[in-house]
Amino acid sequence: MTDVREAQFVGRTTDGRTVRRPLSPHLQIYKPQITSGLSIFHRITGCALSAGTLLLVWWLVAAATSDGAFATVSAVVHTWLGHLVLFGWTAALWYHFCAGIRHLAWDAGYGFELPQVHASGKLVLVATGVLTVLTWVIGLVVA
Amino acid sequence: MANAPRQTVMRSDLGRARGLGSAKSGTAHWWAERVTSIALVPLTLWFILAMFRLVAVPRDTVIAWAGNPINATLLLALVAITFHHMALGLQVVIEDYVHDEKTRMASLLAMKGLTALLAIASVVAVLKLALAG
Repeated sequence: MTDVREAQFVGRTTDGRTVRRPLSPHLQIYKPQITSGLSIFHRITGCALSAGTLLLVWWLVAAATSDGAFATVSAVVHTWLGHLVLFGWTAALWYHFCAGIRHLAWDAGYGFELPQVHASGKLVLVATGVLTVLTWVIGLVVA
Repeated sequence: MANAPRQTVMRSDLGRARGLGSAKSGTAHWWAERVTSIALVPLTLWFILAMFRLVAVPRDTVIAWAGNPINATLLLALVAITFHHMALGLQVVIEDYVHDEKTRMASLLAMKGLTALLAIASVVAVLKLALAG
């Protein structure tokens, strides 16, 4: 026995013979679709948000440390690059938030018909755009 | 029989299946990801609303805000659940893309350690802010 995962390829035909089951085609074989595109984008934004938590931790630790440390974070965040990162962070957060709710709806058994899947996918994209812009309009007006 | 599997295994189908994953707690990871995501829906909304008032304020205002027990409680919940959710998600990403067994184990351990440290650092910071206020 070579690799334990080999066992996953063992299948039986209807007449009882054991066969090595075929491997599905690789990703680049498939036509890009909104379903697969949004799925991978959910993972990408999840990874981006993981990196983004560093900013949150930095902000919290700085606030707990000293006036100087807090002033440094504030100065960095309020540069144009800081705002760009924060904008990307907001967009990724809203996307992951909306797409996550879409996943929860699927988990509850709703929205599996293909037209519904396409509609909810588009809705997620529109909602992400609207919420991101709204967040920044409110953020810039209030702040 | 060119396609026939190489191994001749004297094990039952159930025995083989058991070696490939948990027969009892296989849904634990999946379920934890869902539970944390549900908790993060209201917590994220609360955090964004709170940040509107905190993006451009002096440190004293942040300390006073975190000194409110409700804010401190929700902030601790947000931090703990965020890093739990993040570790669960990154685990799947690593398991999907890192194929070499040793590298995978090392990546998983490094990721778990790092997320735990980030979570602890955040909790210490929040507690310090909350108890100083």
